[in-house]
Amino acid sequence: MTELRESLIRKRYAAERRFRIYGASALVLTAVFLALLLASIISQAVPAFTEKTVVLDVMIDPAEADPANPAAGNYDGMVKAALKQVLPDARNRAERKALNGLLSSGAGDELRRMVIADPALIGQTVTLPVLLSADATLYLKGLQARVAVSAGAAPVAIAPAEGGEGLILTGPGVSTEPGLSPGQIVMSGSAALRITAVESGTASAEALTPIDASLSALTPGTWKTLSFSAPEADRRTSDLQATWLEQLKDAGRIETGFAWRFFTAGDSREPELAGIRGALVGSLLTVAVALALALPLGVAAAIYLEQFAPKNRLTDLIEVNINNLAAVPSIIFGLLGLAVFLNFFGMPRSAPVVGGLVLALLVLPTIIIASRAALKAVPPSITEAALGVGASHQQAVFHHVLPLALPGIMTGTILGLARAFGETAPLLMIGMVAFIADVPHGFTDAATVLPVQVFLWSDLPELAFKNKTAAAIIVLLAVLFVLNAAAIYLRRRFERRW
Amino acid sequence: MNAAVPYQTVVTPASPRIMAERPMKITARGVDVYYGDKHAINQLSIDIPDRAVSAFIGPSGCGKSTFLRAINRMNDTIPSCRVTGDIVIDGDDIYDSKLDVVQLRARVGMVFQKPNPFPKAIYENVAYGPRIHGMAKNKAELDVIVEQSLRKAGLWEEVKDRLAHPGTGLSGGQQQRLCIARAIAVNPEVILMDEPCSALDPIATAKIEELIDELRQNYCIVIVTHSMQQAARVSQLTAFFHLGTLVEYGDTDEMFTAPQEKRTQDYITGRFG
Repeated sequence: MTELRESLIRKRYAAERRFRIYGASALVLTAVFLALLLASIISQAVPAFTEKTVVLDVMIDPAEADPANPAAGNYDGMVKAALKQVLPDARNRAERKALNGLLSSGAGDELRRMVIADPALIGQTVTLPVLLSADATLYLKGLQARVAVSAGAAPVAIAPAEGGEGLILTGPGVSTEPGLSPGQIVMSGSAALRITAVESGTASAEALTPIDASLSALTPGTWKTLSFSAPEADRRTSDLQATWLEQLKDAGRIETGFAWRFFTAGDSREPELAGIRGALVGSLLTVAVALALALPLGVAAAIYLEQFAPKNRLTDLIEVNINNLAAVPSIIFGLLGLAVFLNFFGMPRSAPVVGGLVLALLVLPTIIIASRAALKAVPPSITEAALGVGASHQQAVFHHVLPLALPGIMTGTILGLARAFGETAPLLMIGMVAFIADVPHGFTDAATVLPVQVFLWSDLPELAFKNKTAAAIIVLLAVLFVLNAAAIYLRRRFERRW
Repeated sequence: MNAAVPYQTVVTPASPRIMAERPMKITARGVDVYYGDKHAINQLSIDIPDRAVSAFIGPSGCGKSTFLRAINRMNDTIPSCRVTGDIVIDGDDIYDSKLDVVQLRARVGMVFQKPNPFPKAIYENVAYGPRIHGMAKNKAELDVIVEQSLRKAGLWEEVKDRLAHPGTGLSGGQQQRLCIARAIAVNPEVILMDEPCSALDPIATAKIEELIDELRQNYCIVIVTHSMQQAARVSQLTAFFHLGTLVEYGDTDEMFTAPQEKRTQDYITGRFG
């Protein structure tokens, strides 16, 4: 008898221990996946928050900019000319194009803004940081292909190859560690050579930039090699561009700054110019419309259903349907918006007002359910107390029950808004998925929203947009985090216990 | 009629006799209350005098609270509840469709089983009723009403320095006296109390009982209680309910010393209930 009892006790303890282990392992697993997800997003997003610029001394050519109309000046040309002064080696059209490709297509915009603000600058030379192109930026951040820069440790002699193009490199620097290998670039000042072959202590090379004929030897410390993890054909930055960037870096002209542009610019086809301002404003406008509609409607519906409506089949039916609506896939609401708001009412496509209407429909059930729960949670003794001193039913509800339910209603509303903020599918149906470069200024301007922006960017092939996607996700997560924190704060701050 | 006995005992509810010396406040005739199909009160008739405390006693589920809530139509809030018969307060049939139920509840105040102050300031708790009934023209008048009500409820000295503090922060007994102050602030004629001391400790209970004794000088008080000692201590009249009927109603002293009905005696002596 006691043995049986003891074995039962042992089994009970073992079962409890097992249960605790299951719970703990589930938690650990979840935490690990969450950490992996966040780490992957954050590590991808970090490069998007910095931008690389090259500091140039730009001569604002009076021939290119008219003081009467400074906006029309050819600022891109001036910036390119300034770059050419620093890197004069481009020999032909293709190389000049490659050189200009280092600069962003919006490189002249900053200069234009400066001149518009102060036309007196025309005719002067200004020193300013000029935005680099996305490919150049990726190269400098080491994200495109891994670049190893190693200083030459031993002397190398350079001689022209016999009977033809190219150069021959000899000397201890060719074979002593780290040595030279095909595909590498040897740089010394503005001179750059590409190694084409290495054979028993002798390397053949071709000139990337014009080589001064007097250059016959490289002493240790004056030269370095660049070796890439991918061949030139697989890189967006050519060997020549890489040497230019390295030269700019050596000249101390490359600067790294926080990419405010990411928060102040609208969408763009150029990754280095693209920002989330347009999507963020679109999201705010859309959610504002949704809130303005869903909150009063939802709360009013909840108060009526919970406090005043007679309990009969009709109200039961309405209640069941509201609960079901909360579970309808969101894209259905998008289809509804397309059919009703766009096709029937002829409202503008891609507009935040339509997006807000659709999202209001989407979050209305959530708000009604949360508000009803909050109203129901107010103890009936409060209503009775109010009725007991001669308040009417309506007075009891509006003076006592509603204020007490308000924190719960706000919590539900904020969570509903958070859902609306992160919603993508229904907005695709009403055309908020277009490429829109302008920041929307009103409720009827074409706009997109943050999650749709994430969706759009994630589809683009450019590597830089991968970082932008992750950065936009971070911003979206931050907004949702703030909304949820606000909901929790409200709940904690105003929560009452009876 | 014996002059030494102030009230004559109503032996059967079907034959109520007018009780001497005190004017009648509430008169009920043939009251039935139903919750859906459940017949909670069956043909109840009773006369409740003014300026006295009437106690309703009886086992749980006997209908005493139901009848109490019928007196200020609090049962209206329960959709399935139906009341028939007549309940008249000072000549006004309170179930008359022309009667405004909100006005009725201002005349017939109520104190509940569990102290239920509004989760607002002590001042606001008391001022709420006078304010919605427009009883004060300005803040000064309202202040007077609040102070008088709290004084009558014996709470003024304890809370006068913290009127802005929440009423829910008071002790249970203080909360219940706050609820009484809130009820008397609207100047009711009748105060209904539904087991007002069941959630309180003996000291708080003693204070409330003292208060009830004072209040009966000015109000018609009806109290539902599970404590027979309490009924004996505070009430002048006692009504014993059982299974939805009024079994016996009469002078409290007589009821507890010489009940007329066997069921009353069994209940009082603790044989059931």
